[in-house]
Amino acid sequence: MIQLTINGQPQQFEAPINVAQLIDHLALHGKRIAIECNGEIVPRSRFSEQMLTHGDQLEVVVAVGGG
Amino acid sequence: MDNLVIAGKKYASRLLVGTGKYKDFNETRTAVETSGAEIITVAIRRTNIGQNANEPNLLEVLPPSKYTLLPNTAGCYTVDDAVRTLRLARELLDGHSLVKLEVLGDPKTLYPNVVETLKAAEILIKEGFQVMVYTSDDPIMAKQLEEMGCVAVMPLASLIGSGMGILNPWNLQIIIENAKIPVLVDAGVGTASDAAIAMELGCDGVLMNTAIAAAQNPVLMASAMRKAVEAGREAYLAGRMAKKLYSASPSSPTEGVIAKTEKKPVSGKS
Repeated sequence: MIQLTINGQPQQFEAPINVAQLIDHLALHGKRIAIECNGEIVPRSRFSEQMLTHGDQLEVVVAVGGG
Repeated sequence: MDNLVIAGKKYASRLLVGTGKYKDFNETRTAVETSGAEIITVAIRRTNIGQNANEPNLLEVLPPSKYTLLPNTAGCYTVDDAVRTLRLARELLDGHSLVKLEVLGDPKTLYPNVVETLKAAEILIKEGFQVMVYTSDDPIMAKQLEEMGCVAVMPLASLIGSGMGILNPWNLQIIIENAKIPVLVDAGVGTASDAAIAMELGCDGVLMNTAIAAAQNPVLMASAMRKAVEAGREAYLAGRMAKKLYSASPSSPTEGVIAKTEKKPVSGKS
């Protein structure tokens, strides 16, 4: 069991997962998003390589209207 | 062609618009299209986890293929937040490096924190970002940001969202006179005349959001702003007449005015 904090919300997962699996889990596949893990950018090219571990803090962002 | 050139790229429109505060995406798109803007700002925010997976995305409405997107750091109060936000933006937009940096100092007034802005700009420039920087109307700060390597300096006309217009044209004039990079007024424009005045002062462009989005009819205001920026630019290029308290030189010729008639004496009865 691992716990990840995603956009400030804690979520439990049965087993360690990679970033690509997390994106599928969040139903964000194919969406234009960017991800930061513990303050570092996770490049799109590394989504399926980067494993997430207990306590990781993730920010998942999109572009929204702003001035 | 009188283009706005930022970081080596030419733009026909000198009006830059934000995409926030609209009623819906349809209004956003129509207002942006009507404004004629080519550079549009976007904010970077956390996505709603587990909600509305199929809700439309802003970038589907305003695609990067059609517009130059300018991700901002609105809402950032520290160097770290601003830098991280723009790194995320660059990743989100496939390596796009043109950004709008703003580091705010106070949630009540949204006044920029220029000390933090300088620090953030330095880091971002080192990382290869092309930084258009929102700042106060302090000419020394504007110059330092230019010398550091920012690609455009964007002083406020008045506070963000205030619609108070240009409160210190004198400072803006000093900034414009000293700058070798584009100077854009960002924030404070309330209506078309404010935008025209900014351009008449010699600003290279105007960036606005609330003035359009918070108008009673945003699309019509977008049209007005487009015209105001164009009119102000043309007036600046044309060079205005000198101001004087009064003039003894009327616009119509002083010569050739028809003569005053004398009443013809009534011929006497014989």
